[in-house]
Amino acid sequence: MLTTSATVDRATFEARTGWQLKPEGACKGEICVPLGDAGPDSDTVDLAAIADRLGMGLVHDDQVGMWALGPETLGGRALATAEAPNLTLPDLDGNEFELASLRGNKVLLVAWSPY
Amino acid sequence: MWQAFRDEHVDQGFEVVTVGMDTLGAEACRPFIEAAPLSHPSLIDQHHRMAELFGVVNIPNGIWIDEQGMIVRPAETAPAPPSLAPERTSRLRGEGMPERAVAMGAEAAKIQYDRDSYEAALRDWIAKGADSDFALSPDQVIERSRPRSIDTSLGQAHFELATQLELDGNHGAAVRHFTRAHELVPDNFAYRRQAWSLEPGPEGPLRRFWQGPMEGAEADWPYDGDWLVETQAMGAENYYEPFVP
Repeated sequence: MLTTSATVDRATFEARTGWQLKPEGACKGEICVPLGDAGPDSDTVDLAAIADRLGMGLVHDDQVGMWALGPETLGGRALATAEAPNLTLPDLDGNEFELASLRGNKVLLVAWSPY
Repeated sequence: MWQAFRDEHVDQGFEVVTVGMDTLGAEACRPFIEAAPLSHPSLIDQHHRMAELFGVVNIPNGIWIDEQGMIVRPAETAPAPPSLAPERTSRLRGEGMPERAVAMGAEAAKIQYDRDSYEAALRDWIAKGADSDFALSPDQVIERSRPRSIDTSLGQAHFELATQLELDGNHGAAVRHFTRAHELVPDNFAYRRQAWSLEPGPEGPLRRFWQGPMEGAEADWPYDGDWLVETQAMGAENYYEPFVP
């Protein structure tokens, strides 16, 4: 997730990382991580605090004025849960497609590249 | 590449979604996508979200997701079915090819794909669902997904920053962050190919596959490795991990 400040609004954080911020903590699938003092203050999420709790890499480049937040590292694996994340990406015409719209089908998701 | 296979199985509640991972986006992917009519979703992933969300580190990679939205096989090498395999190396053959292209063709020809095993496993899962021996349990899926340390996460953050800076026209800063991503996530070959493919190459169809120094401009190459050097070092036969049932 890229931002131009050290904080981000809660809705953006949730949409972009897949973590829901609830009274019991940050939750994804069946996993909830208590946030303690790192919990969102009103609707603002402090990137450094939440990165620390969820084991996310946080990069700040002050020359370009941007922050980048990497994914969680809980459990030491790319997948913290076998529940598929709701991948949302555009097609060639820019229309957003949600992977979850194929629920009820078996899906082969194939990554390729033109280089 | 998967259209015929998809058409054969669509009546069994099966769908294919392809994701083109390229910072240069739709226009770079379009000629490949539009080379043949597609009826399955075909998406564009400029920042390699597939790495973050699923642990994709090389292409082609496939992930199997069941009817309930559970991953039953995490990211692994997903060669296109044998009957549909494109002739990858043909463009690197012929008279008058530059020396580097000939050397790349020789390496590409050594790359091993276990197409038959992968296709057979996929057919088995489509037919049997959860009863297929190839459908893994949630614990196995998590265990088999890529290792991810805090360095991996930091590297992914650097990569996303790099792709955005490239799109913003700040190539110098992008190279700086691509380099950090390569250092922090050495097992992600797609990160390296992506960065290399954004450097100059010869005009024509080889341009983005060149992925290394241009003759006479070696000093301008900004990265430590390049496709040819790294493929030769790892051994092209090790380019893809074999299929593990």
